[in-house]
Amino acid sequence: MSLDRARARLEPPAADSIVPRRGRGTELILLMFAIGIATFAYINVDLGALGRVPPNALAYLGGLTAATGVAHVVIRIRAPYADPVILPIVVTLCGLGLAMIHRIDIARETTHATIQLTWMAVGVAMFVGVLIVVRDHRVLSRLPYLAGLAGLLLLVLPLLPVIGHSIRGARIWINVGPMTFQPGEAAKIILIIAFAAYLVQTRDALALAGRRILGIDLPRARDLGPILIVWVAALGILVVQNDLGPSVLLFGIFVLMIYVATERISWIILGLLLIVAGGLAANAVVSHVQTRVDFWLDPFIDPTGQIAQSLYGLAYGGLLGTGLGQGRPELTQISESDFIGSALGEELGLTGLISVILLYALLASRGLRAGLLLRDPFGKLLAAGLAAGFFLQVFIVLGGVTKLIPLTGLTTPFLSLGGSSLVMNWVLVALLIRLSDAARRPVPASSSSSPAADTAVTQVVRIR
Amino acid sequence: MNSPIRRISAGCLLLCVALLINVTYVQAFWADELNARPENRRVLLDEYSRERGPILLADDTPVAESVPSDDEYQFLRQYPQGPAYTPLTGYYSYYYGRTALERAQNDILSGDDDRLFVRRLIDLVTGEEPRGGAVRLTIDPAAQQAAYDAMVAEGYKGAVVAIDVETGAILAAVSTPSYDPNAMASHSIEEQQAAREALEADPDNPDLNRAFAQRLPPGSVFKLVTAAAALETGDFDAGTEVPGPAQYDVPLSDRDLPNQNGEACADGTPTLIEALRDSCNTAFAYLGNEVGADALREQAERFGFGTQPLTNDDMNAATSVFPSELDDALTAYSAIGQFEVAATPLQIAMVSAAIANDGVLMEPYLVHSVRGPDLVSPIEQTEPEERTRAVSPETAEQLTEMMVDVVENGTGQNAQIEGIQVAGKTGTAQTGREEDPPYAWFTSFAPADEPRVAVAVVIEEAPETARDDIGGGRLAAPIARDVMEAVLGS
Repeated sequence: MSLDRARARLEPPAADSIVPRRGRGTELILLMFAIGIATFAYINVDLGALGRVPPNALAYLGGLTAATGVAHVVIRIRAPYADPVILPIVVTLCGLGLAMIHRIDIARETTHATIQLTWMAVGVAMFVGVLIVVRDHRVLSRLPYLAGLAGLLLLVLPLLPVIGHSIRGARIWINVGPMTFQPGEAAKIILIIAFAAYLVQTRDALALAGRRILGIDLPRARDLGPILIVWVAALGILVVQNDLGPSVLLFGIFVLMIYVATERISWIILGLLLIVAGGLAANAVVSHVQTRVDFWLDPFIDPTGQIAQSLYGLAYGGLLGTGLGQGRPELTQISESDFIGSALGEELGLTGLISVILLYALLASRGLRAGLLLRDPFGKLLAAGLAAGFFLQVFIVLGGVTKLIPLTGLTTPFLSLGGSSLVMNWVLVALLIRLSDAARRPVPASSSSSPAADTAVTQVVRIR
Repeated sequence: MNSPIRRISAGCLLLCVALLINVTYVQAFWADELNARPENRRVLLDEYSRERGPILLADDTPVAESVPSDDEYQFLRQYPQGPAYTPLTGYYSYYYGRTALERAQNDILSGDDDRLFVRRLIDLVTGEEPRGGAVRLTIDPAAQQAAYDAMVAEGYKGAVVAIDVETGAILAAVSTPSYDPNAMASHSIEEQQAAREALEADPDNPDLNRAFAQRLPPGSVFKLVTAAAALETGDFDAGTEVPGPAQYDVPLSDRDLPNQNGEACADGTPTLIEALRDSCNTAFAYLGNEVGADALREQAERFGFGTQPLTNDDMNAATSVFPSELDDALTAYSAIGQFEVAATPLQIAMVSAAIANDGVLMEPYLVHSVRGPDLVSPIEQTEPEERTRAVSPETAEQLTEMMVDVVENGTGQNAQIEGIQVAGKTGTAQTGREEDPPYAWFTSFAPADEPRVAVAVVIEEAPETARDDIGGGRLAAPIARDVMEAVLGS
């Protein structure tokens, strides 16, 4: 290592000596594993449930390989320094999700897996599109207010007459022709971009200390505007759209990002207080918040309820699971969507569910790592917001279905059935790829004579 | 901005650990409790998805079997022969668990038994659905049905047991009133609950297996044991005259022990054979005091009293008792099967069976063999096993002679079978409660010269019979005859 460092100081890295650091070969090998896992899972489902190898196994393998291959090639061209672990994790998760949706298709005699596969193709297309169009993440910071407005607009879209409609009591859907979308999924990403752009501009002001109470520097009252606006918006979603998950998630992400921007813990405390206040207020207005808490405290007040069934499924799976295709995930309500984590826990067991959680954690850690490595504040904020927000969502939904916290409706990224969620998570990953590429890309060698040379060299070393 | 990102990373790690700990708790530690909850449909579906093995009679007729079900579950447990076999099969209820053989043989029936391990391994490899093994009983359907039909036709509450004297195999075990176990095996929890509540509310307690699990005072059928003890001393034989007055002056007591009809037996000095023929209380009370409580108890124990039978079959049979610490007065009452002497119908049948088998008591058993899921390949077969020598062959011979006399000339004439010599003994036991009619007993074996089957019948309640007409000879003997005929005819 010290020799490397010495050499790095002496001479700018030659183009071909950087190649191994790009990790594209690693990514390719990991992708093969991911496609292998996905295909085996798919075949395993049919073997377990129907006792035969699926007739379209090769086509499935081919399709998956094609979609993944396109994503990989585009990364090679457009983001050659991107973190090599991100895409394989995403493909693995998508493969597990598809296998489980296919498994529940068999039990319920539905055909969701084909639709989901189509959406995955759309997702990959969007992934490619983002990587091609957004060549530098910093362009995203240009229009914070417009992005914020667009995000809010998307959020309220389902409330509009004619196109908006509700499913299972949550009014978060819009109809476009024969298809339905959850614009909230897109709104989440656009709002994270907007938050990052906005906070980069205002963080100095927001970091100014106001009154000091109990040893904590509170922000100045006049700077409370933004957080209150987001808070009200989040409460609005909850009350009007009758959906707890997105509002908690949205507000949580904002609080995390404001903390990253200002480095002031007081914002977290303030955020938590606002969540409690909002929760109490919502509890008074929205009846199902209380129901969710009741079911969390005792899921067996209705033994046929969602949580009880989810727990039965997890218990039935035990340590090693029943094996794909051999459990009864169809007994758990919405096990193809919100409760897909419980379905995976049933058939893949504790070991499988732990693996899935660790995959999510690894993905989030790669995003956060990019945030650490990035040099521009907007990129740092965006990476932290996307990665932490992503994991927060995973925590809220998986914690909900496993009775760690009260259940709130959210999709499980990449696993859950649902086009909007899948496509927008591919977009989110495209942004993470873009950010990690920027984070790991060596500073051009020509800058060695500039005053930034010292930092540039340090950064090159820090890549490892 | 790096330090808040690091802190947020640590926060994410914390959330991750919380998720991991929680799923570990649910799936590894809480799972057993969750799986045991009655409303957990997964476990229910699992139970009903495996083809449980059948319980077969001696002629391979199934009395319990799993049939494909047309509802959401795969198999339904059925009891095609209905209530006649319920005390043996028990029921298989998801909600209330399993009873009798469904419980005792559960490992074989469900396929979990170690002896089926290789079979399971093969199923695993070949992808066959694992099935349970079969349990074949020793029960003779003709005998069982004859006993059940006879008891039900008269509305009797009671029990019948028939034993193959040479092997100890139980040929019939009937307990009435019985009930249809099919409702308990229903796929509907509500139906199971309704059936269970009906069972519990029934004052006749149909869930009690009266053949194996209920002890009653045996009354005069116990005189066989007293006679055996007397003969075994060598001081008596069938022709020995003993005092048989109308009243026996009970030692240490101002009470008198009377004969049933209030008259002296055979001019007051009956021979043993005459005493048994007329079921002479005073003569046997005398004999009891002559041989003593210890010899009586010892003899009773050699017939099986004091040891739980059917433990190999795990049938929760009751242990019959001969009381300890008896003074002479209580010995006199015990010698005629009263006071605290209590025996199951199975035990009384064992007494007859031992006498019939030249004095050798065979271990009674119910499970003939256990077979693999194909219902043919044998896994284990019960070998007949000698339990004790209850009496010497000479004593057995004399007792047989005396019992033949009972059926030919005495109280047991209702058990006579055309062309076959029957040996038997009646009993009419006081319940110990003034208001209740006595229990009617009968035990017998046939053919007397080459015995094959021994029977015991007890009738606790005969609702259509006047109290004074209740007696072992009148009520129980005809049923014993039917059962013996059914066994010998087949």
